[in-house]
Amino acid sequence: MTRHLELRAGVYQDSVSLMQVSQAVGNVPGVRAALVAMATELNVGLLSGMGFDAPAEARPTDLLVAVHADDDGSLGQALAAVEAALAQRVAASQTGFGDAPSPRTVGAAVLRHDATLAFVSTPGQYAFADAMDALNHGVSVIVFSDNVPLHQEIRLKQAARERDLLVMGPDCGTAVVGGVGFGFANVVRPGPVGLVAASGTGAQQVMSLVSTAGVGISHCLGVGGRDLSGAVGALSTLAALDMLAADDATEVITVVSKPPAPEVAETVRTHAAGLGKPVLFALLGEGQPDLTAAARGVVEAAGGTWPQPRTWRPSTPPTPRPGYIRGSFAGGSLCDEAMIIASAALGPIHSNIPLRPDWVVDDDLRGTGHVMIDFGDDTLTQGRPHPMIDGSLRVERLLADAADPECAVVLLDVVLGHGAHPDPAAELAPAIARARAGGNGSGPAVVVGLVGTDDDPQGLDRQATALAEAGASVHLSNAAAAREAVRLAGGTP
Amino acid sequence: MTQPHPLLSTEPRVVTAGVDLFTETLRAQAVEVGPVDWRPPLDATAEHVAAVLADPRRDAANAEAVQRMLASTAELVDVRPAREVLGLQPGQFLHAGPPLTWDHASGPMRGALIGAMLFEGLAATPEAAEKALAAGTGVSLGPCHDRGAVGPMAGVVSASMWMFELRDEANNTTSWCSLNEGLGKVLRYGAYSPDVIERLRWMRDVLGPLLQTAVRRRGRIDVKAIIAQMIQMGDEGHNRNRAGTLMLLRELLPDLIDSGAPPAQVAEVVRFVSGNDHFFLNLVMPAGKLQTSAAAGIDGCSLVTTMARNGTDFGIQVSGTGSQWFTAPANTPDGLYLGSFGPDDANPDIGDSTITETMGIGGFAMAAAPAIVRFVGGTVPDALHTSQLMYEITVAENPAYAYPILDFRGAPTGIDITLVARTGILPQINTGMAGKVAGTGQVGAGLVKPPAECFVAALAELANRTPPAR
Repeated sequence: MTRHLELRAGVYQDSVSLMQVSQAVGNVPGVRAALVAMATELNVGLLSGMGFDAPAEARPTDLLVAVHADDDGSLGQALAAVEAALAQRVAASQTGFGDAPSPRTVGAAVLRHDATLAFVSTPGQYAFADAMDALNHGVSVIVFSDNVPLHQEIRLKQAARERDLLVMGPDCGTAVVGGVGFGFANVVRPGPVGLVAASGTGAQQVMSLVSTAGVGISHCLGVGGRDLSGAVGALSTLAALDMLAADDATEVITVVSKPPAPEVAETVRTHAAGLGKPVLFALLGEGQPDLTAAARGVVEAAGGTWPQPRTWRPSTPPTPRPGYIRGSFAGGSLCDEAMIIASAALGPIHSNIPLRPDWVVDDDLRGTGHVMIDFGDDTLTQGRPHPMIDGSLRVERLLADAADPECAVVLLDVVLGHGAHPDPAAELAPAIARARAGGNGSGPAVVVGLVGTDDDPQGLDRQATALAEAGASVHLSNAAAAREAVRLAGGTP
Repeated sequence: MTQPHPLLSTEPRVVTAGVDLFTETLRAQAVEVGPVDWRPPLDATAEHVAAVLADPRRDAANAEAVQRMLASTAELVDVRPAREVLGLQPGQFLHAGPPLTWDHASGPMRGALIGAMLFEGLAATPEAAEKALAAGTGVSLGPCHDRGAVGPMAGVVSASMWMFELRDEANNTTSWCSLNEGLGKVLRYGAYSPDVIERLRWMRDVLGPLLQTAVRRRGRIDVKAIIAQMIQMGDEGHNRNRAGTLMLLRELLPDLIDSGAPPAQVAEVVRFVSGNDHFFLNLVMPAGKLQTSAAAGIDGCSLVTTMARNGTDFGIQVSGTGSQWFTAPANTPDGLYLGSFGPDDANPDIGDSTITETMGIGGFAMAAAPAIVRFVGGTVPDALHTSQLMYEITVAENPAYAYPILDFRGAPTGIDITLVARTGILPQINTGMAGKVAGTGQVGAGLVKPPAECFVAALAELANRTPPAR
């Protein structure tokens, strides 16, 4: 058994890239544990779990390489794998004699490329500077980063308003601008519907359904989940509404959000009424129409015909049986929607993002009764990739849920599109098959809400078919999936 | 609003910072993407950077600072003794860098002060001079910068030394710098042997008065215009001033000859100036001081107005924090050594000549002066890289000082401490190296960077001075 720990100064790579390096090194035969990460407090904390003493001199700007291997041979191979993975990126950035060094700030890059828009996904405590830099250089900005302090969000949006620019986010998971998808983005057809979205996966659901119905999307402007709060006062929503109102391609506008703070709702509705274009609200909350119903309203308002969202059934359909629903979600809004639908029929749904405070689960994410977990929540994505990129955590959870005799239905979302896992069905299908089979051939039903379009790079039909063949009922409507789960758990949807 | 917003009506050209995956997804959609080579900021600066960037005054403050700096002019208007222009009394000495006491003074600084005591006749021997300086009786020290002046290396100025006097009419300011003594064993490198003192006396008695006569006969000389030309002739204005020196001489020569001074003296002066490739440095420096001090004292402004070293500490001043110095122990340059000198002989970084980098030339202009790179121990690709890297920490380009090799791009101007903190890129300085033992003189030349702590501390204070958020 042998251990290797080193700090390298002046080497930086983003966390997602490094997690891929860690994974590659961890897969080297004979490696028990590997961590290749920036030496942030969080990552240094992980070292003790691996049996290392944390180096006192570690700074967040250092690259940490920690490998625990069976023998020196394995360690050597692991370190070679580290070098290979890191060298790949360095080679890509090398330049010729006299070439300008790569821009080191957003502002420098905007000048260099005469850019029109910045996309910021730096760690949350730094994202304000990068976003402000974009605004100061005259371009709008999409802030994908989460964990940006509220006061910084407000300042960014004030600054954007002063400059007639738009701040999308923070925590903006998806956006479509001029036909280009940003962040996690489904490939949607161009068309007359413009979205203002305070909810990432909620917007993905609405856009995918609208696009699949043959009515296209002009733009989807994300505004961040807090924009319609009283503190932020819809600064970006109002700006986005104005932009869409002035946009020739947009005929119908939809606002996708959780129900806004009452005083903000009033402002937004009054503003929307004066735009001269129809504005529909898809508000995700108890007593509100679900996102699929909202998408139908949008399609019809745009003069389209609503088709029933497709479903794929397994060859042996499960039969309803009393028991609990256990949901694992990558999308927070999809989790919300499923909980709203299920709790109307079944009562309390326990969650890490509960509808009511007393329905909260413990930190171990276990709960009795019906449970739905949002694995994309900020607190669960620190130090690991988003579940849309890496489904391994949800696979573990799925198998654990299926082993619980009280579990009647496992409910999942699968989100396709740019940025998402290139083949989620390949990750999930074997686990679904195992879950369905159960210990004695009587595993729970598996229901999947599949968010995607025919043009998504993963192949919608291929994904759905693979999931259905593994034994899942697959629904293009997340709401329909939730209702199916309720039915299978013996409730009345 | 009826005009379509450009964001929605133009095809997106995107810059990305952060997770590579999202750059790839944009490329997969055939979008033009410019990725940022992003790194975390310097330790413990994230909150201060955010506070300073959030300051609603900053944008206008920096714009005002840049406007003043680019508008700054620099004309040589006179040559006069320090006694006259700065009111220096015997025993009053100015020095380079941030404030300093004898106790903390380095070898070359002590050597220069000893030499100045001898030159002013305030001590008969080096030992007596040292004793008086250590005791502090009848002696006072103060930074050149605090008086609007600048001094290379030790930068010691005493009452009888003659000063170039430069005016910035756009900003209505004046700056001063002593006359350059040449290279090797000279006072500013800490030497004080009899030949050093003898040269200072000749400068006082012959060089100063003749230059005064010539400048007064000739009328104002546009130093900024000469700097602009020298940058296009392979000088970077800090360690290479060859073209600048010759152009100055060209301007002065007719009036020197015609001054009525004995031809032998005129010949001595011309021989001295043309034999000292650094003579013009002492005109570039006050031109830099005029430019950067024009940006000083603007609330909310995050631009550096001074970088200077006293041989012990490196100090900076920032516009939004006024005349406050932020200091840290100076680094020792790395470069090439004269004769048998080596790294152990070098003193830490010293001198006000970093005003050249502060103004956007010197080490920043290495690309314009490829010939200098061998002198300071670099390569031509390094020089091109270094100059281009400096644009990452500056907010403007000075069209007056254009670099031909970079397609006449203007000098990187206005070092922004938020950019230094965010990128971790420190200003590049090229500099002469003084021997660390008093009396040695120059031992080499090389490259050096300021300690990051100066910028971190200045940023913290600037953040502290931001108005509370609404």
